[in-house]
Order: sequence, then C-alpha cells, then structure tokens
Amino acid sequence: MGQIGLPRNANWHSVGAMTQEADLSERDDAQGRTVALSGSLSLAHLGDIPQRIDAIDGEVAQIDLKGIDHIDTIGAWIVHRFAERTQARVIGADEDATRLLEVVARNDTPLALTEPEPHPTIRVLAQIGAATKIVGHTMYGLLGFLGATVMAMGHMIAHPRSIRINALVQRLEVVGIAALPIIGLMSFLVGIVIAQQGSVQLKQFGMEVLTVNLVGRLTFRELGVLMTAIMVAGRSGSAFAAQIGTMMLNEEVDAMRTIGVQPMQALVMPRILAAVIMMPLLGFYASICAIIGGGFLCAVSLDIPPITFIQRLREVVPITDLYVGLVKAPVFGLIIGIAGCFQGLQVRGDAEEVGLRTTSAVVQAIFLVIVLDAVFAVFFTWIGWT
Amino acid sequence: MTQDPAASSRRSDAPIIEIRGLVNRFGDQLVHDGLDLDVRRGEILGVVGGSGTGKSVLMRSIIGLQKPEAGEINVLGEPMLDRDPDDPALLAVRKRWGILFQSGALFSTLTVSENVQVPLREYYPEMPRQLREEIAAYKILMTGLPDNAGPKFPSELSGGMKKRAGLARALALDPDLLFLDEPTAGLDPIGAAAFDEQTRELQQTLGLTIFLITHDLDTLHAICDRVAVIADHKVIAVGTIDELLALDHPWIQEYFNGPRGRIAHGQSRHPGRPVAGAPA
Repeated sequence: MGQIGLPRNANWHSVGAMTQEADLSERDDAQGRTVALSGSLSLAHLGDIPQRIDAIDGEVAQIDLKGIDHIDTIGAWIVHRFAERTQARVIGADEDATRLLEVVARNDTPLALTEPEPHPTIRVLAQIGAATKIVGHTMYGLLGFLGATVMAMGHMIAHPRSIRINALVQRLEVVGIAALPIIGLMSFLVGIVIAQQGSVQLKQFGMEVLTVNLVGRLTFRELGVLMTAIMVAGRSGSAFAAQIGTMMLNEEVDAMRTIGVQPMQALVMPRILAAVIMMPLLGFYASICAIIGGGFLCAVSLDIPPITFIQRLREVVPITDLYVGLVKAPVFGLIIGIAGCFQGLQVRGDAEEVGLRTTSAVVQAIFLVIVLDAVFAVFFTWIGWT
Repeated sequence: MTQDPAASSRRSDAPIIEIRGLVNRFGDQLVHDGLDLDVRRGEILGVVGGSGTGKSVLMRSIIGLQKPEAGEINVLGEPMLDRDPDDPALLAVRKRWGILFQSGALFSTLTVSENVQVPLREYYPEMPRQLREEIAAYKILMTGLPDNAGPKFPSELSGGMKKRAGLARALALDPDLLFLDEPTAGLDPIGAAAFDEQTRELQQTLGLTIFLITHDLDTLHAICDRVAVIADHKVIAVGTIDELLALDHPWIQEYFNGPRGRIAHGQSRHPGRPVAGAPA
C-alpha cells in the first residue's frame, strides 16, 4: 500500500481554483499530425470536446496532453477512445493522466448495457403468452390457497384452541369498526343518489311512490353488500396484501415458520375470518344507511314522511331480500380475504413487488366479487327469491 | 502542473469538509450538541460510534438531507446551511460528491447501467448518449461488477453487487468527495475485504476524499487514514487508530480493545499511519 501523503493526488488542486475549459488544437510535427488538448479535461469543463474529437477524421499520429492541467476519468476515457480509434500515440501525459488512462484502459471491455430487443411481433406474442401464463398461475394459486384455507379452517374447528383470539379481535376492529364511518357515509350518499335518480325516472309515470321499492329492494339485494365489498377490498384487502407482503420481505414469515408458528394460522386465518364475519354486518349496516339516505331524500324532495316510508318499506321488501344480501356477504368477504392474503404471500424480491401485489389483490377481489354477484343473481332467481 | 505551488498547497491544507458547532435534535432527543469535525483532502476518514449516536444523521446533515438546528457546515469551501437550494454554487458542490447509501438505494425501476447514467443525464443532458453509455460501462467495470451486470435490475443483484452498483452511480460524475454509509455491512468477509480493497484502490487512482461510516473494525484498520469517534453528542477524538488507542476513554478502549477490536488490530495488514499534524 502506497503512502498517502497529502499532495500525492494532484487532481485536487482544481478544487476551488479557476479552471480553464478544455480546448483542442491541431498541428503538424515531425512525427505527423498531432492533436493537442489543453485546459481542464474533466466532466464539468468538457464543453463540446467529445463532439469535436468525434469529428476528427483520418490519420492522427500523436495526442498531446502537455497542455492539460486537470483530467478525470471521463477525460481519460475520451482520450483513450480517441487513441484506440486512430491508433495515435499519447504524449505529454503527466503522472495523473497516465494513471487514469491505465485505469480506463483496464476497464475497457465491451459491455452489454441493454438486453437485445426481439422483433415486435415476437415481443407481442411473448407478452400475450406471459400474461396468459400469469393468469393461469394466479388462478391455480388462488384455488390452491382456497384449499389451504379450507384445511386451515378444518384444523381450527378440530382444534378450537388454535384460534388466535387476540389477532382475530384486532382484525375485526380494523376491518369492521374502523370502516363504519366511511361505509356509512358512502352508503348514505348512494341511497340519496338512487332515490333521486329513481324518482326522476318514475315521475314520468307518476309513480314516485315506487322510489321506496327501488331504494329498499336494490340496497338490500345488491348495492349495500356490493358497495361494502368494494370498500372492504380497497381498505382491508389491500392492507392484508401490503402487511403480509412487507412481512415476507422482512423474512418475518420465514421466521414464524422456523419457530413453529404456521403463517396460515397466525396471519391468514384471522384476516380471512375477520373479513368473513364483518362483511355481513357491514353489508347490513350499509343497507340501513342507504335506506336512511333514500328516506331522507324522499322526505325532503318527494314529501313522503319517514313514517310512511318505513311502512311502505315493510310492505314491499320481502325478507328474502335481506337473506340474499346476508348470504352473499360472507362469500365476498372470503374472496377479499383470500385475494389479499394470497397476493401478500406471493411477494418476493423488493418493495416494488409489494405495491404490485397490493394492486393485484384489490383488482382480483373486486373482479371476482362482481363475477360471483352475477352468478348469485342467477342462482337466487332460480330458487325463486326474486 | 501549471498552477502556483504555493496556492496549491494552501488549498490542500484547507479541509474539504468543515463542521463547527453542529446541533441536531429530534423532538426531545438530542443527537449532536456542538459537534466539530474536519475532513482533510485525500484522506479516508472513518466515523465510528455506538448505535444511535448519530453517524448517519451527521452524514445526512452534511449532504443536506437533514436540516440541523444550529451550526456551520462547509463543504469544498462552500457553506451548506441556510442557502437557496437552487444556488449554482451549491449545485456545483453537489456535482462533486457521490453518495453510497447503506443498502445501495438503487432506483428499482431502472437497470444498473441506467442507474449509473442518472447523474450524468441529470447534470449533463447535452452529453452524447453513446459517450454516456461508455462512461457507465467503464464505471460498472471499475467497481468490480461482472460484465453482464449492466442490463440487470437491482432486484436481480446480490447485496454486494447492489453496493458496487451504488458505488458506480456515486462515482458517475468523477466526484472529489465520496460518502460511504456502512459499505461493508451485510457482506461476507471476503466480499467485505474485496470492497475495502476496491475502495482503497479507487481512492488512490481517483484522488478521492472519503467520509466513511462503518462498524467494521477490519475496514477501519485496513483503509482508514484517520478515525473520528462520536460519543456524548460530539466527536470526542479524531486520529489514527494508534493515537486513539493511546487515549483513556472507556468507550474507545472498549471498542478497539474489545475481543473483536484486538483480533482486527492483530491481523491488520495496514496498521494506522500517522498523518502529519493530526490533532489529538
């Protein structure tokens, strides 16, 4: 190891000093055409030197660095590349320049900076193929995860003591109680919108009073639960994916396994159970809030007093409408919980993946909820709960 | 060299980083209280201290990521605090330092070579693309990355390779001053020794000044010219390891004379070199 005396590295002395812009001149010596560089051959003072050097054509015998007062690796690289191209000899290099030229020459290996681009047709086909593969994999994975969830549930029923009550209660609070204000407000507003839009249409037939049927049946059967599912997917499904994903990155999940705690029992089941338990409750609450919103609008703009509204509601909304909503809700909760936890457990690599997986969890949950909602609509019609 | 030697030596004597009376506080928690530190040109200064003594906060204060409550910081002769962030003089200083964060802090959406090109693209947009790519290529090789590392994304790299890629990005603008935050943390001993070697070599060939935060006693012994010890909210001592060992401070004795310290000292390939005029 060499001695590090202070004045050894001569390139500091451009520090703070007035430095000259790099310049280039040509002359003819005894050895032939000579390109002389001068000034500060460093990144900040290069100016248009790279372009001017590239523009030099033909034979060059020598590159003269005598006039240079400062050089950095970028200057050295430009000199090196120029010397390689023209086979010129570098003269007048001081200790610094010689050392830096050696460094850059040692690191001059052709290096691929980008992957070769395939033909566009092939690329599009490859993308379609890759996307199909991902969809297949995800579906397969989700199905497998559903199976694992059912097994974990079976285990839980067989060994009730393995239920993590504390974790479950905590999730119930986060998924359910904390969501009450936002879901209540949203449903109330949706109720108002339905009543208002419905009354405008029904007025054309002089049937404004049917607005009550519209609000009551629509919210209990469809909107209450569906809006709640979308909100829970956005609030809690995404949180499940992000929390578990972050734990995956921190190797917390691996640590759990080695300690003998099953992530399915400790992480996944409390979340899925919380979603399954809370969805019917939140769905019912949302329906009530929507009906209050609808009733509010009826009272304000249709002159239907609340008492009449409630009485009419009892006459026109069959109890099966409530059952329709309550049957769907836990299934939606299951889907949201499974999508969130499954995507969370898929996180590998870096933090960016957490974001991608969270997005997938929400998109998948909402998509599957709506698909299943359509299936349920057909099913309930078929069993006569119309 | 064309410059006046007297002027040159005068400038060489001026510290490259000068910190006076630095005070940092997070809420009630006092981190630094009247901290003074000089970093001289061309040296590798190791900064050590127990966990939570504010080594990273010190680095963040110098590079402007943390606004101190009081004090003065001069880098390359420019005062850094209470300045308009768009001041061209500040911008000029920023172009002359490179920073390697603890885990590399590579931009995850860009490849290694794009990461290295970011500072060049940002500060020198007029540079021809080909030259920029060539510069990125030799910087990648210079930091000891394999020649297929260019098109890879950070998530495909190992911890050691991430640090090397971070170092390549820190060196993109040929800085005079390099900040390294625990560069060997998380590396295996062979990788750490190789990284130390590389740092030393780059420091010598490029004439760098290095501000190095570390817990690695081997790094301290192998490459640091001087070591600054942070304790009790201040820099309590700066000097070569031998000079520090002569001091009678319990933390320093514990640190360098503990079992790990003794082993590192005994095996040291490069015992601390005295630097002329080092303050006690």
